[in-house]
Amino acid sequence: MTPWSDGAAAYCDRCGEPVCDRDHTECLAHREMEPPRYCPLCRRRMVVQVLPRRWSARCSVHGEA
Amino acid sequence: MTDVAEILEVAREQVLGSGRGLSEAQLVEVLRLPGEDLPALLELAHAVRLKWCGPEVEVEGIVSLKTGGCPEDCHFCSQSGQFTSPVRALWLDVAALVEAAKQTAATGASEFCIVAAVRGPDERLLAQVRAGIEAIRAEVDINIACSLGMLTQGQVDQLVEMGVHRYNHNLEAARSYFPQVVTTHSFEERWETCRLVRAAGMELCCGGLVGMGETLEQRAELAAQLAQLQPDEVPLNFLNPRPGTPFGALPVMGPADALRTVAAFRLAMPHTILRYAGGREITLGELGTREGLLGGINAVIVGNYLTTLGRDADDDLDLLAELQMPIKELSKSL
Ligand code: SF4
Ligand SMILES: [Zn+2]
Ligand SMILES: [Zn+2]
Repeated sequence: MTPWSDGAAAYCDRCGEPVCDRDHTECLAHREMEPPRYCPLCRRRMVVQVLPRRWSARCSVHGEA
Repeated sequence: MTDVAEILEVAREQVLGSGRGLSEAQLVEVLRLPGEDLPALLELAHAVRLKWCGPEVEVEGIVSLKTGGCPEDCHFCSQSGQFTSPVRALWLDVAALVEAAKQTAATGASEFCIVAAVRGPDERLLAQVRAGIEAIRAEVDINIACSLGMLTQGQVDQLVEMGVHRYNHNLEAARSYFPQVVTTHSFEERWETCRLVRAAGMELCCGGLVGMGETLEQRAELAAQLAQLQPDEVPLNFLNPRPGTPFGALPVMGPADALRTVAAFRLAMPHTILRYAGGREITLGELGTREGLLGGINAVIVGNYLTTLGRDADDDLDLLAELQMPIKELSKSL
């Protein structure tokens, strides 16, 4: 599920641009092989940890993505 | 007989027959082979790999100990602090390092590489590496490699003393193209670290990236320059254009070019461990891993990369089983 599909997300978690400004289909495709980088709620860059078999992304305000 | 068949005939005798890698000029011919010769080229590269390296595949996992904020300006890299990349700086703690090593060992991998985005290690980083290695050793049976940038002789000595089995330091690009890729350090500085690592008796892992806008000739040059260093392992990366980097808008390399490069690297270095590193998923898609493993590759990175994600490790392991390529065991690589 994309973080913004629940209607709460304002920003694309890959490029950080507002979701309603343009089409983010390409970002979505990239996200299959990339962790998110921007918090979908506030657009802050998240702290992302990538381990061999899992990843985590954390916004300093909104917590885990 | 056409010219095309000729280079393959020459390669069959020289590389498959006598184990001598192709020269830079010969590699250019290989890289220029038309698409219709690609299957024969890959078949030859595969035969070379089987004859000189055997059927085993070396499996490795990697993890970023220190991510982002690097002072260097390698134009392909999302971890440089000089570009507006979305990658934020982060240090991994020892517990996470041990977890990463465990995840890697669980795949049957024999190698675990600790990577840091730095110009070279400072004392804090070396202390963290030392603590990490000790903690991993206490819990996980795996060879530990490091990639910490450029080294002084004193740092090389410390890593040897910590028991680091292999050191990664890529040339990244051919000497003639390097200034277009990196301006904050020189090709010669990279070369010097590789030389120090070899001289100290550590295994050398040294590769580079292709698909960064270099010419075919420069691709051949990179392979020839790597061959000169005689690395134990050569990781081959395909540019995965990262947002915010100077190479962020470059096109992804085409699959045929990527496979020709795989085969050419194998024909340049018949005895080396040739590893599929970053970018294989986006350059070659689903089938690429299989085609590469049947075209000269004999090592893979499983699981995620440093800042991007990889194929599911289980898919790679299933593929190796299907191809009847055993995973190289730990004891054999010690
Ligand atoms: S030295 Fe390494 S981490 Fe730093 S910018 Fe270059 S490739 Fe990236
Ligand atoms: Zn987007
Ligand atoms: Zn947020």
